[in-house]
Amino acid sequence: MKWRKASSTPTSTLTWISWFCSLPGHEYFCEVSEDFIEDDFNLTGLNIMVPFWKEAMEMVLDVEPDEDTSKIPDVSIVEASAELLYGLVHQRYILTRAGLQSMVDKYESAAFGVCPRVYCVGCNVVPCGRSDLPGIDTVKLYCPNCNDIYGPPSSRFQGVDGAFFGTTFAHLFFQSYRELAPAPYWKPSSSAESSLSAGRSPDSVHSSSRRSGFVNPNPHGGQKRPEGHVYEPRVYGFKVSERAKSGPRMQWLRLRPQSPLELDTVDWRGRWIDEEEYDGIDEDEEEGDRQMEYFDPVRVFYKTFRSRK
Amino acid sequence: MLGRAVDDASTGSDSDYSNSWISWFLSSKGNEYFCEVEEDYILDRFNLTGLNNEVSNYAQALDLITDNLDDDIQDELRGALDVQARLLYGLIHARWIVTARGLAKMLEKFKRVDFGRCPRVLCQSQPLLPVGLSDIPYEKSVKLYCGRCEDVYSPKSSRHGSIDGAYFGTSFPHLLFMVYPHLIPPKVGIVEPAPAPRANDADTNRRNKRIREDSEALETVGEPASTASVALKADRYRPRIYGFQLHEIAKLQRWQEAIRDRQVGRLEVLEDLS
Repeated sequence: MKWRKASSTPTSTLTWISWFCSLPGHEYFCEVSEDFIEDDFNLTGLNIMVPFWKEAMEMVLDVEPDEDTSKIPDVSIVEASAELLYGLVHQRYILTRAGLQSMVDKYESAAFGVCPRVYCVGCNVVPCGRSDLPGIDTVKLYCPNCNDIYGPPSSRFQGVDGAFFGTTFAHLFFQSYRELAPAPYWKPSSSAESSLSAGRSPDSVHSSSRRSGFVNPNPHGGQKRPEGHVYEPRVYGFKVSERAKSGPRMQWLRLRPQSPLELDTVDWRGRWIDEEEYDGIDEDEEEGDRQMEYFDPVRVFYKTFRSRK
Repeated sequence: MLGRAVDDASTGSDSDYSNSWISWFLSSKGNEYFCEVEEDYILDRFNLTGLNNEVSNYAQALDLITDNLDDDIQDELRGALDVQARLLYGLIHARWIVTARGLAKMLEKFKRVDFGRCPRVLCQSQPLLPVGLSDIPYEKSVKLYCGRCEDVYSPKSSRHGSIDGAYFGTSFPHLLFMVYPHLIPPKVGIVEPAPAPRANDADTNRRNKRIREDSEALETVGEPASTASVALKADRYRPRIYGFQLHEIAKLQRWQEAIRDRQVGRLEVLEDLS
């Protein structure tokens, strides 16, 4: 099948694709090149997912429809098909070199917004689907700093299918642009700076990380200096103890080790390598207030209790 | 599909506020996070100890808040005074919401989801609580604390993003969950805090009543359930390319989960001892 442009009318310079990408709520889409859509190989398998395939293709590529297509009851059905077709092609296109390139341009202009998490300090996010099949979930935003996904801030994105971006794109994107991916370890550069880290503007963070030449020893890993600060709940200035019922339980979710070597202290099954039989009471090295532990009656009691056994 | 953000329809019209400064302040746009500080609390000078050093024109600002300001004050002074009154009200608010009655008022707002919902997808729209990152005014804007992922987020709307965090303080959400431990959000599943009943619909009314009764029944339970191992239930996002996990991120996530398991072990041992 050949999708030939019917004599392009000079009055309508706006293509369907440009129009579609300019609609409110479609800011995350990039323009898929017509060459990509015209190559049938790129569309393998899509024709069984999209109703009114031929008419949808005509609409997306601005081809004048055949005379005998009047059997379609309502043009809005074709519009829905064209959107589905474009979305599914878009999911594939943004995994190609050209697609990744046009998405990185959008990323660097913060077209997808920033992470809502305070301690990610305005890290740019990318669109991400939770399923590759359409009709399951709407588009989400992936933050490379906290490796988590968020709902878009505006309700206008609630009509955008996550499958139009797919599950793979966000991660292939940061695999392809390593300099944009934050590294998995973080050391507070100085005590003064770490306590202020939430207040620094994103601009100053970017420029300082470039200046100091941050290098991850893993060449295949993220090469950007991460934002590693983790929120600590406090009441009247005192940390809420983990022993309280309402104490912190989720800090692990955002924690990074101080050095990349620490990542190797856990094996592929998720167990600590150097701890034969973990007895559950040893403090981990991340705890700052170690000396307090010696005054802990429960701990002392527990130790004597264990040694008597 | 082209649904536009229609979140700024109500509030702020000149006709519908009563004459008191506080109710005007609470009804004006962008102040949805604030709750009403009871007049008795403001009139007790003990509660305001030290605030006269924070607020210039303290006496007049206080008069404005409590509607005792002379009417013959000039308009330009009134404008400047309004800024000071907002600051004073904010600082009183930060103290008020950590009192028993203040906590109860904020709890109602929490149940009405006045502070929005967690943007994190796996928090299943958990309602949020306001929190400051500093107790000193003019340092940090207000943030939102999620009791499920225990992290802080920036408000979606810029008119909330410009509120001073010191008007809520660093302690408030943590104190709330200490005082109401049965309201600590579970790490899985969707929880709706009992929604406010609507008068026009008998069916929802009845259902809400049941929900209320359930939550009240919950509130009367003395000892809340153990939270030692709740983290194990928490869902997390795992990045994948064509279904395969990424080496470096998977490694970081294994390390984080080992940290989690270590804490769970630590807490369970403590629980067995007590």
